[in-house]
Amino acid sequence: MNGTDEFFLRIPLGDWVDQGLDWLKANVEWLFDAFSWIILLLVDNLTDALLFLPPLAMIAIFAAIGWLVRSWPFAIGSALLFFLALTFDVWEPMMQTMAQVLIAAAIAVLIAVPLGILAAMNSTVSALIRPVLDFMQTMPAFVYLIPTVVLFGIGLVPGMVSTVIFSMPPGVRMTELGIRQVDSETVEAGESFGATPGQILRGIQLPLAVPTIMAGINQVIMLALSMAVVGGIAGAPGLGQEVVQAITSLNVPMGVEAGVGVVLLAVYLDRLTAALGDKHARNTSLLTLLTKARAQRATAFA
Amino acid sequence: MPVITADGLYKVFGRRPERGVEALRQGRSRADLREDGLTAAVIDASFEVEPGEIFVVMGLSGSGKSTLIRMVNGLLPATAGELRIADRALTSMKPAEVREVRRKRISMVFQHFALLPHRTVGENAAYGLEIAGVNRAEREKRANEALAMVDLEGWGSYPPSALSGGMQQRVGLARALAAGTDVMLMDEAFSALDPLIRRDMQDQLVELQQRLEKTILFITHDLNEAMRIGDRIAMMRDGRIVQVGTSEEILNEPANDYVSRFIQDVDRSRVLTASGVMEQPPAVLGAGQGPRAAHKLLRETQNPWLVVLRRDRTPAGVLWEEDVARAVREQTEDLPWSAEHEMPVVRHDAPIADLFAASARHLSPLVVVDDEGRFAGVIPRVTLLTAAGALGGEQDAVTTITGGTPVLDTTGGETR
Repeated sequence: MNGTDEFFLRIPLGDWVDQGLDWLKANVEWLFDAFSWIILLLVDNLTDALLFLPPLAMIAIFAAIGWLVRSWPFAIGSALLFFLALTFDVWEPMMQTMAQVLIAAAIAVLIAVPLGILAAMNSTVSALIRPVLDFMQTMPAFVYLIPTVVLFGIGLVPGMVSTVIFSMPPGVRMTELGIRQVDSETVEAGESFGATPGQILRGIQLPLAVPTIMAGINQVIMLALSMAVVGGIAGAPGLGQEVVQAITSLNVPMGVEAGVGVVLLAVYLDRLTAALGDKHARNTSLLTLLTKARAQRATAFA
Repeated sequence: MPVITADGLYKVFGRRPERGVEALRQGRSRADLREDGLTAAVIDASFEVEPGEIFVVMGLSGSGKSTLIRMVNGLLPATAGELRIADRALTSMKPAEVREVRRKRISMVFQHFALLPHRTVGENAAYGLEIAGVNRAEREKRANEALAMVDLEGWGSYPPSALSGGMQQRVGLARALAAGTDVMLMDEAFSALDPLIRRDMQDQLVELQQRLEKTILFITHDLNEAMRIGDRIAMMRDGRIVQVGTSEEILNEPANDYVSRFIQDVDRSRVLTASGVMEQPPAVLGAGQGPRAAHKLLRETQNPWLVVLRRDRTPAGVLWEEDVARAVREQTEDLPWSAEHEMPVVRHDAPIADLFAASARHLSPLVVVDDEGRFAGVIPRVTLLTAAGALGGEQDAVTTITGGTPVLDTTGGETR
């Protein structure tokens, strides 16, 4: 059979999706408008906040956050990273991208963690969610841009929505895994003392799943960052847009500098969020030291 | 009234487990069920646990004992049968009522401790009270009391990971004690501990139980542990309870081959007590009698010794034939006590392993007394040796020679 011949059966999946989108556009456009408005509000405000102070002051703040949750060597390292980005003259797009990534990751986590909890509690939900997550993760990310541009128009929002969809799965999976791998005897201990399922979730399962959930959140942020360029195609401002411009004009210096900007941002956000889930990574963090000092004072009085 | 009553309990895992119960009731075996994709964990289990009793369920892994204990507090719902806590049927309660029973009446100690690693030792001990809604001050006070009971004062602010295994399990015990329930379930609670610590924990548990009068359902796969701490023991095999009885009943009258094979390895001299092997002397003498009466009794009973009891039935001493004969010849009025014929007295609950030394030192039989010090019976040396011989089954080591050539049993070593 010749590959270009039409097979006798043709399922018009694309047409169906297209018709579905038209219907959505015609009937619930207000919903998408409201969604759009919220995302723009959040991202614009965060971008403004990140660009409010002069870059050197912001670098100091980023370094301080690094010390607070990880360690002072990391603080110095992150100061150097951001300083490097400043010298490339990609500060403003970098802050725009950071704002988008943080908001997209926050939305993804807000959806992913409750879904993960639900999946851990109920095997049917888990079985239903799994193929959907596979779909979300394996569908080429650019494809999401088409329906989202149709629904939300050119600009920041379609990129954000695509990012949320693409980056959410590891958050759901790791939350479910984290809760399911809590030692069954420990959960039984909760039950045997008469704890309700809610008390067991809050008092035993979630606290013990925190490291795994944090690893999931770290993955969500990394995937969100990897979508920065895709957002740029749909017209979102930031490093992605710089990269897209560099591609269309074959501008090597611009492309390299914007690309390295994404890498620097990724390194900072990755190490920062990894420290949240890994006790050993934050052994010497300011936060740990402060907690220890307070605990020592408390036992000294007791 | 029993605290825990199990009445024909079944637990079958798999799809539509009720059909498994039906099949078992019609006499089909566990293996038959497995072919249908069902696992029968507990089959027709019935027993009663009295208040203040340590009831041990003993069985190997896969015998269903862990499933059984989880049915007692409803962690696993029964497929069929009824389980009552006092007079209330747990098996027909709503989930909220079951939780209430767990908070008020039943606490549990786990094999691998199941402490919450993100909480301090003190917060762990207070966990049951926190769930029951007790206020902070009260629960800290009671948690500290419970920690003191298990010798862990001052450890309250440490994380569990800073403690050794034995100490962690004592936290588990304190958590159950602090909850203030009258029933405690212990699921292989000491199995993960090394032998010396296990013994200490067993002693501590028995001592705590006597002081607090808790009702304890204890699961173990170690028969020596079962015999050490259990007032009564239920032997489980393949999901069924095959025998319930005191350790002596199980040792002396094993219900079937399985039980008797099981008890082969038990150090019975540690389990059998003086009261289990003692016998009644043919006669005893009142302390007010004289040498003539003693002489008459000795002659009638053909026994070389005679136990003398005071009016309150406490033993006064043992008289020997030759002393009595001399006293009669010399016409003395007092009973003829002699220094070399002093009398060894043992308590009725002493394990017979502890009796050999005393028996070897003294000519006279061991005199057994009850808790109040009253005479209960005697153990002549021959009786003790016979009992010890029946315990071990060491015939293979000895060749009995009846005259002529000894027949050496060369296969003895292999056939055991």
